[in-house]
Amino acid sequence: MSRAALLVLADGRFPAGGHAHSGGAEAAVKAGRITGAEGLESFCRGRLHTTGLVSAALAAAAVLGVDPRQLNEAADARTPSPALRAAARKLGRQLMRAARATWPSAELDAVATEFPKGAHQPVVLGLAARAAGLEPLDAAYCAAYESVSGPASATVRLLSLDPFDATGALARLAPELDRVADQAVEAARRAVDEGPDSLPAASAPLLEIAAEAHAAWPVRLFAS
Amino acid sequence: MDGVTAAVAGVRATARMVARDDGRGGTALPVLESDGPLALRRTRGSGAEPRVMLVGAMSGPLGGDHFTVAADVREGARLRVGSAAATIALPGQTKGEARYDVRLTVADGGELHWLPEQLICAGGSDLYVGTRIDLGATARLVLREEQVLGRVGEEPGRLTSRLVLRVAGRTVLDQELACGPGAPGGWDGPAVLAGHRAVGQLLVVRPEFADEPVPARVLGEGAAVMPLAGPAALVTAVAPDALLLRRLLDAALAALVP
Repeated sequence: MSRAALLVLADGRFPAGGHAHSGGAEAAVKAGRITGAEGLESFCRGRLHTTGLVSAALAAAAVLGVDPRQLNEAADARTPSPALRAAARKLGRQLMRAARATWPSAELDAVATEFPKGAHQPVVLGLAARAAGLEPLDAAYCAAYESVSGPASATVRLLSLDPFDATGALARLAPELDRVADQAVEAARRAVDEGPDSLPAASAPLLEIAAEAHAAWPVRLFAS
Repeated sequence: MDGVTAAVAGVRATARMVARDDGRGGTALPVLESDGPLALRRTRGSGAEPRVMLVGAMSGPLGGDHFTVAADVREGARLRVGSAAATIALPGQTKGEARYDVRLTVADGGELHWLPEQLICAGGSDLYVGTRIDLGATARLVLREEQVLGRVGEEPGRLTSRLVLRVAGRTVLDQELACGPGAPGGWDGPAVLAGHRAVGQLLVVRPEFADEPVPARVLGEGAAVMPLAGPAALVTAVAPDALLLRRLLDAALAALVP
């Protein structure tokens, strides 16, 4: 087991289907709320401190061995939009397939059997990190980074944004990403003693509302 | 917090109400306790569904204050609670955060309508609102929360508002919104509020939603009806101002609770 497993797990080419999702960027572009690099950065910053923090804490808690069933319920309660719950489970199912092939483990097998339709992606991400011998902080970084890298690469495609500008926005978020990953691990450690109710529940109203509108579009480039 | 600042500590107040089935097809209010700035008044309403009005007897909450309002609706009882005016969070003499806790419990067969006026976060205020709702498996609830960020033309204060719903011991909804100066970055950006100054939630819980969930639906640009993972539906709405927000939530309420 090595730290380099984190690079495998966090690689955009890890075959877990994330590229098909924009993390709400497609809906925000269509609504005119993201029109360039500045809007993208602001979108990503908001997503990082809400969905990103919650996902990172769920993933870190899964690495620490908090019951996946309880974490999955906590993820449901923190995701009012049924479109986003469905997307999270679909991504979780795809990630589970890739993770079981990459880091075979009895624990992953058991969770895959318990959730045939998929557990929430951040929970599976944490279990995959655990199977790969990674630390809670590694999983938190991975989840927090995914919460912003997905919208960034999607916006490059949606707006024909200069990829250098999108990458620059991600780089400027790095110090906040560090803080979010630390906060997430702290919360996850609390959840070991106090249960998943103590996990963060930061929410972004427009991500939830726009996800429902997006799911009803007849034609879209991204699944969510 | 140290002993030196205790002299200027804020107001602590807890108002409580209990509604119970009176055994004659109506609801009695054996407990209706006002406290300091939180005054409870029974207003006209039917015997089956008494109405209580929360009247702010002084301004606040101010920095350092800690208010709690608790309602306990016992088995088979019904209660409707409103407020006489908007609550305005203001900066206090102490720099500290103010805290407003709402604790609602509804036992099996009980029904609570919790429909207060808006919470307005005036410039310079710093408030944490914690709303915890515990429902029995067959309890019913209609709850509205509206947050207005700043008075007209004013920078908002800081607000953190957490809403937790448990039904039969299981957490069905847990959402926290943080906004205003000092909140984590991006709160006013395109993912969270995008310049909207009014945000609200309407939560409807009915046992029959377990088998027949409300269909998900978008209400214009700024609101959506969302069936939760449990016998409940949430309407989340954002709007430029309090009036437009209320219109969105009223329309959603009329559609969800005919």
